[in-house]
Formats: sequence, structure tokens, C-alpha cells
Amino acid sequence: MYDVAIVGCGIVGAAAAWELSQYRLAVAILERENDVAVGTTKANSAIIHAGYDPKPHTKMAVLNIEGVHLAKELCQRLDVPYRQCGSLVVAFSPDEIPILQELCERGKINGVQDLQLLDRQQLHQVEPNLSESAEGALYAPTAAIVSPWEYALALAETAVQNGVNLFLNSEVISIRKEEEGFCLTIPGGEIRARTILNAAGVCADIVHNLIASPAYRIQPSRGEYYLLDKAEGSRAQHVIFQCPVPEGKGVLVSPTVHGNLIVGPNSQNVNIAQGTATTRSGLEFVMKQAQKSLPSIEFGQSIRNFAGIRANTEIDDFIIEEAADTPGFFDLAGIKSPGLTAAPAIAKLVVRMLREKGLVMEEKEHIVNTRKRIRFKECGQSQKEALARSNPAYGRMICRCESITEGEILDTLHTPIPPVSLDGVKRRCGAGMGRCQGGFCGPRVLEIIARENKCSPCQVLQEKAGTYILTGSTKGSIN
Amino acid sequence: MYDLIVIGGGPAGLAAACKAYADGLRSILVIERDKELGGILNQCIHNGFGLHYFKEELTGPEYAQRFVTMLGETSAKVLLDTMVLDFTPDREVHILNKIDGYQILQAKSIVLSMGCRERTRGAVMIPGQRPSGVFTAGTAQRYVNMEGYMVGRRIVILGSGDIGLIMARRMSLEGARVLACIELMPYSTGLNRNIVQCLHDYNIPLYLSHTIVDIKGDARVEQVVVAKVDENRTPIQGAEFSLDCDTILLSVGLIAENELTRQAGIEIDSRTNGAIVFENMETSRSGVFACGNVVHVHDLVDFVTAEGERAGRAAARHAKGETAKDGTVFELQADNGVTYVVPQKLRVDTPGKYVDVAFRTNKVSENSNIRVWSGRKPIACYHREYLAPGEMQRIALPLKLLEKAEGSVIKVSIEEAEDQ
Repeated sequence: MYDVAIVGCGIVGAAAAWELSQYRLAVAILERENDVAVGTTKANSAIIHAGYDPKPHTKMAVLNIEGVHLAKELCQRLDVPYRQCGSLVVAFSPDEIPILQELCERGKINGVQDLQLLDRQQLHQVEPNLSESAEGALYAPTAAIVSPWEYALALAETAVQNGVNLFLNSEVISIRKEEEGFCLTIPGGEIRARTILNAAGVCADIVHNLIASPAYRIQPSRGEYYLLDKAEGSRAQHVIFQCPVPEGKGVLVSPTVHGNLIVGPNSQNVNIAQGTATTRSGLEFVMKQAQKSLPSIEFGQSIRNFAGIRANTEIDDFIIEEAADTPGFFDLAGIKSPGLTAAPAIAKLVVRMLREKGLVMEEKEHIVNTRKRIRFKECGQSQKEALARSNPAYGRMICRCESITEGEILDTLHTPIPPVSLDGVKRRCGAGMGRCQGGFCGPRVLEIIARENKCSPCQVLQEKAGTYILTGSTKGSIN
Repeated sequence: MYDLIVIGGGPAGLAAACKAYADGLRSILVIERDKELGGILNQCIHNGFGLHYFKEELTGPEYAQRFVTMLGETSAKVLLDTMVLDFTPDREVHILNKIDGYQILQAKSIVLSMGCRERTRGAVMIPGQRPSGVFTAGTAQRYVNMEGYMVGRRIVILGSGDIGLIMARRMSLEGARVLACIELMPYSTGLNRNIVQCLHDYNIPLYLSHTIVDIKGDARVEQVVVAKVDENRTPIQGAEFSLDCDTILLSVGLIAENELTRQAGIEIDSRTNGAIVFENMETSRSGVFACGNVVHVHDLVDFVTAEGERAGRAAARHAKGETAKDGTVFELQADNGVTYVVPQKLRVDTPGKYVDVAFRTNKVSENSNIRVWSGRKPIACYHREYLAPGEMQRIALPLKLLEKAEGSVIKVSIEEAEDQ
């Protein structure tokens, strides 16, 4: 019997797991896919929002502000790429200046520090590639960029090291109430838990309705993006927003922690099945909107397009509460933007809620609360020499574009949550993330996974179940 | 201290190293990041290589082996499975491999011959879902020809570049069904002989002025939607059809791999995405030469070899202290109908009587003249029956003609010949 079962291991589930793993509790995470952080967490703008956007006194506002501080500390402690580059909300006509003032006021009420209104001249000085029509901006120095999947991975890995049980490929099919809690059915088994945290992202309403009476409906909203080559990485110095529109924060342009430029998203209601497909019209819209901010972006440098889904609900706030008719079932639902920012604060809130409900929270004496991984390309010359000497695998470059060595790929295969796919390796060390998108290193990474996992190359996946790469041997030979 | 370090052991680098040895250099190092020399030729197991250079038809590995053997008979050293991380203006080369770890080597001359890579789905922005089963043609070729694995059973090829065409035949021979080759442009970007031998001979339809507008498949590719495009390359609505397939191969262009070149601050031509070179393949950095697909993408390896030899010869001269003299430098520019020109710079005071000039045209044309201009004055004219963007053009420009040139700019253009 687990004390807590967390359904879903995106950033929200991972943060909850990490927070709970510090206490003497039996915790399980049930993740539908073959890896963590593969839903909305892997396909978003990758931004730690400063917090001027949410309406004051909402959960969103409070948890956003708290999340900014927590994220900074956590990313440092868990070795997650994070850069506090600041954000700009830009007014492209004098009419939009009042919107900036309003956002600034709201930000001050929310408790955002160091907000500053920039005039035309100041703005063009700090962001030289901005369109000539930019009239002014709200500058938020506390905004940051982060690697969202590595953030979630780091939290989940550390939680696992602290004793949390992660069940992958474990979609919750049904939930029934038992005398002492719940029984969750997953493929090939059952999990019993006193408490359930529903962190199922865009499927949260489905999970909710398995046991509780319907209380909200998720309306998935798709956002499409471009990822541009590192040659475009310095086109923007800050996260550049346009003034918000009713559909969301509009199309942004931002550097990424990996040195690329990210451009997007649009906003379109979709059903989950079509959710992560990109469309010609959507991408064209994003391109046109982004050129309003930075006309000089070279879209010819695009290396990947993708789409992510927001878990929107009819409620303009996060839904973080115990289900009215099902004590012990807690929703962490409708976590749209700024969910990535708020995640660690949501986790702390959950711990307070569980404690109030009588769950005994005793701190563990020893916990793992740091994480470190080798990033060969960021090492100095002498470190590189030492690494290659200590382990020859660091002397073999596998991914040319991102300079990732065989040693780093082997490291990922021996982490607490080892990857089973090329994309899983990519998220953990960056191999295949570059301009050739795995064209050169894909076959090598596949070979390494097959070798280390002692499986046939034909069993190695690109990403989720069913995404096989090879279909057999040539000429039916025995390979 | 090496006389010459060659970065990249494909056909360009091998030719450069062999020629530098023939010209008297003895301390030569070839650095290759793969497990063996030969570069992309090793996975090109079809024939058709060497018709110009060896006057016979060889497979890719056979062609490569001739140079590997030749190199083996020299004193040149080879480092395999070795990556060059960086090289400095004073020609320090930083390398990494499993045996020696991280090392810094010094060279008098450097030849850059890193080749090129393929454009990907992200670069051509094909919308749709993102299932597995979308490969660049070259990656698929590696899996099939070198690793011995099939990448799919029902194949659609986007782009009619040469690798895509070759793979159409290759997959057919392996028992896969190639449903179609889809080309955005109204003409193929591959060699004519490949259209005939790889598509027509296997009854594979070629759809010109078409593109893939949607990819369907949640886990693996299940279907592609193809549409005709108008003269602006915009898909025409209502003119779509779909093909059920499990694999898409992309042959949508190659990009010179110039990370090291850029890192070193060498001037790059925005048209070729390769280094700007002089007639002897020297880059904007003295003592650093470049050749092969890293300079501009070739159709035929024979010409890569020729370019490698030119770079090797010049690198040998530089290492022996016979540096190029500061004389008149002409700039070669692409004009009407021409997309790029290599070399981009030309020293008059160079050995030989001719300078090889390579370029590509921007459309298919018949019965045309290639004109070389000095200002408004035509100084040379070459007639061609047929020109196509898929086939690189080469002219041998007599240096003597430049004596009559005015100013410092030479332009190359295409015009239709008058009917005779």
C-alpha cells in the first residue's frame, strides 16, 4: 500500500514526487509512456515566467512567484540548464504602452521584483534586432529560460534515488475506492494507495472521471513552434513577448539554454489525438507573428518544428484541490502556463494540503538532493584531457553537431531512469538535438542502446511504444 | 609538427593527401572521424564512380579503396575514429579520440575536407505528426548498406536529389515497394542518368511540382498527403492525394559542414555555405585550404578528387614556404542565371595556364551560352546544349584572357544562344 500514487510524470508529477521523496512515505508514480517528461513538458516555450501575467491573488499568481525562486535554486542544485536572461513584453504601437503599464502594476501586486518600463531608446539598446516599430517594453529581469525536460528528469531521477517507485508504461485504466484508499488498475497489475495525486496533464479530466464526478473539462490547445539553428541563437537576447491577446501570451521569440532560438506558439483548440501535429497554416502564422517582433529572423535556419498542447480548462486558474466527492483524490489539473514555473511551488502546496488532511510527514534523515552530470563540451581543455584519459568513451565523439561523446551517452543509460529510445537519450544528453537532427549520430546511438540493453537494433525505438526504426535485416540475413 | 594535416578522410581529403605527398611532403596526417577512410563513398555501393578520373566505372567503395591504397603507399599517417574539436589561426589542431585522448597537434598547412550533411525534415518544414520512419536518404543508406538493416517496406521519397534516386533503386532491390518520388521543383535536382536508371527502370513514378503537405501516423508513419504546387511552390488546395506508406526518405539537399571553418573565423560564402576560396582552394586564412563538398556540393566524386588534388598541391607549396604572391586578385561573381561560382577569388599570378571554374545554373535551359564578363566586356563564351541546376557546370578559363580584363570583378552569366 502506497501512501501516495502520482498519476503522470511530467513536470508537475515529477516535482510532487521530488518534494514527497524527502519524507518517510511510500510513493509511486504511474506514467503512461515509456519515459518521463514526454507530454506537455517536452514541448513548450521553456520559460520561467517572472509572474506579472496572472491575475493577482489567483493560485497561478502566487505559485508563479514562489516558483521563480524555487526553480532557480533547484536547477542549480540538480544541474539543470537554466539562464536568467530576463524577458521583455514589447509594445509595437503607442496604443500598447498602457498595456505595459497595466502589466507592470499587476506584476507589482503579484510581487514580481525589479520590473522596469523601458522607453524606445533603452529597449533598442538592450535588444538590437527588434523591429523598428517597437515603442517600449516591460522588462522583467527575473524571467529565465530552462531545459524543461531535463528539469523534470532531474526531479524524477532524484525522487527515484530517494525511494519513489516509478512505473513506466503504466496507464491508469480504472480506479476503485477501497476501504483504506484506492486501487488503480494498470496494464498487468494493480497499485493500491491511500492518496492519489492527479497530475495527468491534458488527460487529467479523464483520470478524474475514473473515480470522481466530473468537475472540469480539459480543452487541449495546441501551440506550434520552430526551433532554429544555433547560428540564430543570438538573434534575441531576452525572452521577447508581444502584448498579450485573449488567446494567450502571443508568439514569443527566445534564446534557449541549448543555444538555439525558439519561436512560437500559436493557439488552437484541438482534440488530443491530433494535438502534437504541426500544420502549414499554424507555422505560417507563427512565422508572420514572430517577424513582427524580429524581422531579421532567418527561418531558413529552422532545424525542427513541433507542437505541444496546453491543458486549458474553463477555469482561469490552476485546479489544485481535493475532489469534492472523493476524499483522498487530489487534482493538480489545468496546469497551463505558467505551469513549468509554478511546478515546484505546486509540489510544496500539495505537501501542505496532504499534511492538513492528516498524512504524517516525517523528514528522512538522508536524502539525495543534488545531481551532476558530465557535459564534455562545456569542460575546459584540462578537464577534457582528464576525462578522456579516465574513460576512453569520453574520447569518442558520437554527436558531431552538439559534441556529445559516447561516455555521456553511456552515462544516460545508467541513470536512475534509463532511456529506452533515441529521443530518450537525446533529452538526457543532447545527442541528436543539433542541426543534422540525428542523421549522423542516430545509427551510432541506436547501436549503443542495443549493445548496452542487449537487445536487437530492431527493438530500439525512436520515442514511444510503436516508434520502431528498423524493420529487419536486409535480404532476410541474420545480423 | 606536421607539414600537412588533412581534416576528413573522404575522397577530397584522400586526394589532397596523395597529391601533397606526390609534390614532396612527407609528414602528412589524415584525420577521419569514422571507423575507416573513404567517407560517404563507403555506403555508396552502386556503380558509376570514376568515369572521368579513372575512365572506368567503379562502385563507391572501390573508388575510395584506390585512394586508400595509394595513401597506404606513402608515409602519411592516419588517425581514425578521431574528431577535430578546433583549430587555431596559427594552425594548432585540437583532436579527440579513444586512444590518445585529447591532443594538440601543429601543422604548416591544413586542408579542410569535412564534406556535407543532409537537410532534414525540420529544415524543409514538412507539417504533420512526428512518427518514426522519416529518414534522410543518406541515413537510410547507411542503415541498409553498412549496418545491414531495412528501414521500411512501403516507401515514399521526397526530393529527387541523387541520394534519394539511388535509394529508390536500392530499396526496390531489397524488396521494398517504392511508391513515388515527389519533387517540389518542375525539374529533378538529380543527375539525368539516375532518373532513368533508378526510377524509370523500376516503374517508380516521379511527381514533379509536387510536395508532401501532411504526414500521418501516431507511432510510425502511416500515410503521406501529397499535393501539386503552383509556380510559387505553394500547394494547390483540392489537388491532394494520399499514399499509404511506413517510411519517408528525404533527399532535399545537402549542406556543407563548416562548423570548424566558422569557428576558425574563415570567410564563408552565403551562396555555397562553404569557405570563400582562391583558385588554389586556399581560404581567407593563409595556409588553410578547403576542397570537396565542404566548399560546394558536387554531383560527381571525380570532380571532388580533382579539387582535392588542387588543394593538396597548394597546401604542399605553402608548407614548403612557396606562399602565393600578392598580385592582382579578381573576384568571381555569379550573374544572370548562375547561383554561385567557385572559386570566388582568383590570383593572376598562379601556376598553370587555366583556372577551373565551377558553378550551377538556376533553371533548365537548352542551347545556351555561358559568358564570362569583365565589366561590360565579354571575355569568354562557352556553348552548352543543355544546362540544369542538378548538374554542376565547369569551364576552364584561360588565365591569358584576364590580361585584357578591366577592374577586379569577373562575372559569369547564362544566356540563350541565338538560333543558327
